[in-house]
Amino acid sequence: MSAGHSHPLHRPGDTPVHRLPAQVKIVAAIATALCVVSTPRDQYWAFGLYLVLLSAIWVVARIPPGWLAKRALIEAPFVVLTFVLPFIAGGPEVHVLGVAVSEHGLLTGWNILVKGTLGVLTSLTLAATTSPGELIVGLQRLRVPTMVVTIATLMLRYLEVIAAEARRMRLARISRGHDPRFLWQAGATARGVGTLFIRSYERGERVHLAMVSRGWVGAMPDHSTPARGIAWLSGLALPGLAAVVLGVALWP
Amino acid sequence: MPHAVEIDTATPPPALKVERLAFAYPDGHQALYGVDLQVAAGERVAVLGPNGAGKTTLVLHLNGVLSGQGVVEVAGLPVVKPNLREIRRRVGIVFQDPDDQLFMPTVREDVAFGPANFGVRGSDLDARVARALADVGMAEHADRSPMHLSGGQRRRIALATVLACDPEILVLDEPSANLEPRARRELAEVLLTLGRTMLMVTHDLPYALQLCPRSVLIDDGVIVADGPTRELLADEELLAAHRLELPFGFRLG
Repeated sequence: MSAGHSHPLHRPGDTPVHRLPAQVKIVAAIATALCVVSTPRDQYWAFGLYLVLLSAIWVVARIPPGWLAKRALIEAPFVVLTFVLPFIAGGPEVHVLGVAVSEHGLLTGWNILVKGTLGVLTSLTLAATTSPGELIVGLQRLRVPTMVVTIATLMLRYLEVIAAEARRMRLARISRGHDPRFLWQAGATARGVGTLFIRSYERGERVHLAMVSRGWVGAMPDHSTPARGIAWLSGLALPGLAAVVLGVALWP
Repeated sequence: MPHAVEIDTATPPPALKVERLAFAYPDGHQALYGVDLQVAAGERVAVLGPNGAGKTTLVLHLNGVLSGQGVVEVAGLPVVKPNLREIRRRVGIVFQDPDDQLFMPTVREDVAFGPANFGVRGSDLDARVARALADVGMAEHADRSPMHLSGGQRRRIALATVLACDPEILVLDEPSANLEPRARRELAEVLLTLGRTMLMVTHDLPYALQLCPRSVLIDDGVIVADGPTRELLADEELLAAHRLELPFGFRLG
């Protein structure tokens, strides 16, 4: 459980980006992602500009590119798909490095790859500069329904609870000579999942009890002051610029 | 009680009053069979008993998480649904595993969680947090993550999260469990300096003797003994009858 207190996607800091109210950053991230997906796939220069804009944020927030790159690996399965598409899609063919590939597939692959990558990078930037707790409060301030916020809070907590519990059970199994690398020992892991569910449920129940005992009634305490105009202005600079790029890209 | 009205106007109500409390779990297991217990303001009482005696079930009745038959009152306020918010402020439960209690990214946020739920805001909230952390000797760790603290420190933070709500009665579930000897002693020192009404559920008989002048022994859902801790622990037959024993080498001299 205790492992849950630091989050792998969050990079604590005290930069202007970190200090922006969470609700501003959530809106900014969503707006930026919308601009990226609305851009026609053959306006290659626009995607370059989006990347430049994001890089500017990383410089201000002091996020090293390597740190982002490692976490962007979550995208890997989609990348594989984009490399397959040029070979399996039909339509007119073009030659790339002497290999005949489908032009349509190539463009579709590029479309998924570039928009996916930019989307992942945008959400990583949001996650890196905003702690999970702030995100929840941000959603609350954006008037997201309480039930949705509560579910998000619980999910956030339970995910960490389950991960910590799974680590302990794995250690206990390995200490008794279990080697999960061998396929024929997968059974023990599978049975462990059932136990894991029960245990996480019980642990979650105790955490919930402790929260209720301290007066929790479904909303996280909100300490931040309302975002002022200036915070919204600076926070929306990124999607604003992205919108300009989009406008130019869409210009006939 | 014919004189109840007279007494109520003359003296403040007891910090905790439990009368004929009975409770059965939904599966039919009867955990409490009519528990009677009064704790005066400022008293420190240990609740002793073997595993499965009903100690934790009793604790969960004190702030209305469970509700059985009978009466539970905290500083004169009955534990019933409309009062639950105020009851949960008045009854501060420190759970056995601090990891169940601490879940925020920093110590400060975790300590602020309770009072913020009870409507404390702004500089009042900051003052509450600072005071609770100072009371447990953890003021300099306010901005750290609870994850990076030792077991004893986490236990003291868990205590601070409850102290920040300014409870009428502090309820501690196995406070000395999983603590190294030194952390156990430091926690005892903190608890003794708080000067609060305290109900301490424990198996750790020497700890009960050190901290609580009075003890109640609970077994099979009823209170079987209630008296000065030293007398209770000196009664070897009583302890043996309820699967309790003093640690090896420990003598009441």
